[in-house]
Amino acid sequence: MSEDALVRVVREEWGRLVALLLARYRRLDLVEDALGDAVEAAARAWPADGVPANPAGWLNTAASRRVLDRLRAEAMQQRRAPLLVTEVERRSGGTAVMVDPGGLVEDDVLRLVLMCTHPALGAEAAAALALRLVLGVSTHDVARLFLVPEPTMAARITRAKKKIVSAGIPLAVPGADALPERLDAVAQIAYLAFTAGYAPGSGSDLLRADLAGEAVRLVRVVLDERPGEPVLVALLALMLLQHSRRDARVGADGDLVLLGEQDHTLWHHDEIEEGLALLRSLGDAHVLGATAAGYLLQARIAAEHVIVGNAAQTRWHRIVDHYDALLRLAPSPAAELARAVALAEAAGPDAGLAALDRIQLPGSHRLAAVRAELLVRTGRLDEARVAYGEAIARCRNEAELEHLRRRRAGLAEDESTATCP
Amino acid sequence: MKNYVILIAYEPWDWSTATEEQRAAFFAQHGAFSEFIDAHGKQVASAALDDTDTATTVRHVNGEVVVTDGPFAETAEMIGGYYEVELPDLDTAIEAVALLPPSYSLEIRPVIAVR
Repeated sequence: MSEDALVRVVREEWGRLVALLLARYRRLDLVEDALGDAVEAAARAWPADGVPANPAGWLNTAASRRVLDRLRAEAMQQRRAPLLVTEVERRSGGTAVMVDPGGLVEDDVLRLVLMCTHPALGAEAAAALALRLVLGVSTHDVARLFLVPEPTMAARITRAKKKIVSAGIPLAVPGADALPERLDAVAQIAYLAFTAGYAPGSGSDLLRADLAGEAVRLVRVVLDERPGEPVLVALLALMLLQHSRRDARVGADGDLVLLGEQDHTLWHHDEIEEGLALLRSLGDAHVLGATAAGYLLQARIAAEHVIVGNAAQTRWHRIVDHYDALLRLAPSPAAELARAVALAEAAGPDAGLAALDRIQLPGSHRLAAVRAELLVRTGRLDEARVAYGEAIARCRNEAELEHLRRRRAGLAEDESTATCP
Repeated sequence: MKNYVILIAYEPWDWSTATEEQRAAFFAQHGAFSEFIDAHGKQVASAALDDTDTATTVRHVNGEVVVTDGPFAETAEMIGGYYEVELPDLDTAIEAVALLPPSYSLEIRPVIAVR
């Protein structure tokens, strides 16, 4: 009972508590540990004493005490660590106050998110920091999400925190002219964390898809502070429509299940409904900023895949149109490739192959893999075999390699049955 | 308040070929930057540097002082000047340097207080 209460308050209030403690003490190096200690203390105290009436307030008080203990100990040693710049200091024109009133600021969590996702930080470090500080995701889980060893991730987070303090990245909401760009950056960082969860990796991909769900939560947290913000609404729609299929993506044997073969009963239909409703609320792509419009178009593509009963009913021509709009907005070889795949479905493999010829994707195995698939469909098996070989030579991912080898082997059987009746 | 050094890099070009409008734009952009700094903090120091073909690099190599012609690194861009300013935070510093001529690449480096 008290365990549930603690898990819930940590999950819901972590970011707010971090933001409050940072605004008050401005010590990025102490706050996280102090809050971690407070959570441990709660885990010991609450089962015996009962859950306090204000659990978040209890954690805030306990963490504050820890920070003050450390500050006192430092004062004894005459050591002063560099302080975080906060909005209070900016507004007062630079008088360095040690303690601000510490009152609850309306946008406290937004300030924390904007600090973590500042463009002066590397995108991956920013994403890791946001998950850690705003949502309280453990360093262990953040490392899993990004497929790096835990010590590497811990060092990355520490380096980002050090840069925030030494470079003077403020815990503040920028002016109205700079805010839209910063919210775009928040969206990009959240989407980076989301897609990291779906990047093919070794081990249990199921768990990593769950971690991608934390990126969805990050967007929800920011949307709470900026309701209706188009870039965040479009991104949330995109994420929900993709994430809703997570349980159908992995088969019983741990293999990737492609969209056309997925068991629709495993889709999260509540998330699909929410994603579609968000899309309807947005209106037209033309009235949105480029980043928001890009997410909107990708979300519409994802929507086309989930609103039909089966792959045969998919409206591929509409998907091609959406890719055309996306490419006009932000040309990229990856989107070109996806468009070629959709075009092959809409207008036949020859049209797809012709589109592939115009794409430059040096070093990637995907172009060759798609060409191989389309060549098989046109019956040009010798050329398909060569293309599979090219893809296999370039592919670095075990799961995908396995898939490509199986496809090529299957090809040989087809041919032998054809030539030796 | 924090101290920052703003390093200005650009591809070398011949100022003497600049038109009146180009010169006026440069002065106006530096002027707007200085005004912004005065409004939000203060300017500590600044200098414009002569071209890198006038630079001399000094290194200790195997215990010997070695003097060579040229800058630290041969790159397309060269460090052409700097400002040292005192501003509240990095966001304000980014806002300030954005006022400088668009042909510049700008590096913002916090100054470490040595106590």
